[in-house]
Amino acid sequence: MTSRKLLLTLLACAALALPALVAHANDLRGTGDLGLIVERAKGSIQLIDTTRRTLLQRVEGLGDTSHASAVFSRDARYAYIFGRDGGLTKVDLLTGTIVKRVIQSGNSIGGAISQDGRYIAAANYVPGGVKLFDAETLEQVADIPAYSEEIKGLSRVVGLEDSFDNRFAFSLFDAGEIWLMELGNDPKHPKITKYPHIGNQPYDALITGDGRWYVAGLYGEDGMAVLDMWHPERGVKRVLPEYGKGEQKLPVYKMPHLETWAASGNLVFIPGVGHHEVVLVDLSTWRVVGRIPVAGQPVFVMSDPTGRRLWVNFAFPDYDTVQVIDVESRSVIHTMKPGKAVLHMEFTPRGEQVWLSVRDANRVDIYDTSNFSKIGELPANSPSGIFFSARAHRFGL
Amino acid sequence: MKPHPWLATLLFCCALPVQADGLPASRQQELTRFVRQECGFCHGLRLTGGLGSSLTAKALKGKPAEALIATILYGRTGSAMPGWAPYLSEADTRWIVDELLKGFPE
Repeated sequence: MTSRKLLLTLLACAALALPALVAHANDLRGTGDLGLIVERAKGSIQLIDTTRRTLLQRVEGLGDTSHASAVFSRDARYAYIFGRDGGLTKVDLLTGTIVKRVIQSGNSIGGAISQDGRYIAAANYVPGGVKLFDAETLEQVADIPAYSEEIKGLSRVVGLEDSFDNRFAFSLFDAGEIWLMELGNDPKHPKITKYPHIGNQPYDALITGDGRWYVAGLYGEDGMAVLDMWHPERGVKRVLPEYGKGEQKLPVYKMPHLETWAASGNLVFIPGVGHHEVVLVDLSTWRVVGRIPVAGQPVFVMSDPTGRRLWVNFAFPDYDTVQVIDVESRSVIHTMKPGKAVLHMEFTPRGEQVWLSVRDANRVDIYDTSNFSKIGELPANSPSGIFFSARAHRFGL
Repeated sequence: MKPHPWLATLLFCCALPVQADGLPASRQQELTRFVRQECGFCHGLRLTGGLGSSLTAKALKGKPAEALIATILYGRTGSAMPGWAPYLSEADTRWIVDELLKGFPE
């Protein structure tokens, strides 16, 4: 056989083998660039691929998805979606199917996943409390009613966050308490430490990326309540007495979110409640060190993964606007109006894209974060929360 | 074939832009969406409550309409409920309250 013939034969063999190889490669895929978009009015989610910037498929039958949120399994294959109607749904991102769905309460607001990925905790308004589930089967493991002596009844639970050592912290909105829940060796009977009188109406909370600081925002008064997860024995401290003070507060048409807080170096950036400003807090002293005027009352203040810029969206009636803040100069460097009701923003894991849900336009917009240009859009029905699977590997989202 | 007289009446009614209580149909549609979407942030899209109280007909039963109108327009001190007077007229608010008490339209 001449070398030319040999080459042709090899090419022919390769051509025959190729379709099988391609099919195989298509069957297998990772989940690191997958995510979901909540369609708040339809009880559905859209699964998405951030590499190809496409919709993969719609998954229906998730109940009341207004204000629904999601956490991800530690292998980033499954999403757990918490619905307003108390539904907890486990969805397989690869097959686009509902693996399991339970109605775990009457009215829920969100949840978290344990550090080891084995337990899902749901925060409930009705009946007020936290329920713990096996992440594999969604069978209930523990039920912790948020009964408070203060109000002689059950309190609605907000700001449920996961931290290291399989611990969770959450706040009791009606009772003004923070509870620390440790699963330890006996998840069926978690150890609960209660911190009463932490302030009036804690409405949401954040935990820093290292899992150390649990910070609850107070709606009913100025300041914030902080629990140091390294030293829970030191109790809850009140910080930032100057946060929320000042001129007459504006009416708050939508509560800000603290969960996806922004940090850069030693600074955290939080939404000013009832003010048109982003507030800068020095983590080492817990003092307000600056305020950046913005276009409305911020709802989400999100740092891109580099910590260099913050993207901010706003409450009604300024929710058609998004602003970008340069952290170094502490100034707004870009303002845009994607359309009415930008409800949420999510960065790809390394931050080259940001996805925005534009509710009334029934659209999700994709922007290049380097130059703020729009690089794509996808149809979605009244989109709200956008959640990418990279959240699987971070605390407290 | 001649259409039934009742059908003609029905079609005529449906085509009317203004309903009996004075708010144009288009404004009613806007308000329906407004309540579901904006109020829904705190009260739930299905108005079953959240950080805000439940606004279902059952939950509101027996509450005086005037008090509900005042709450919507001027907010509620000590709670997170803001006043919506800059965005809603009194007629808007009265219509919303009437509908809430009947069971709010989808």
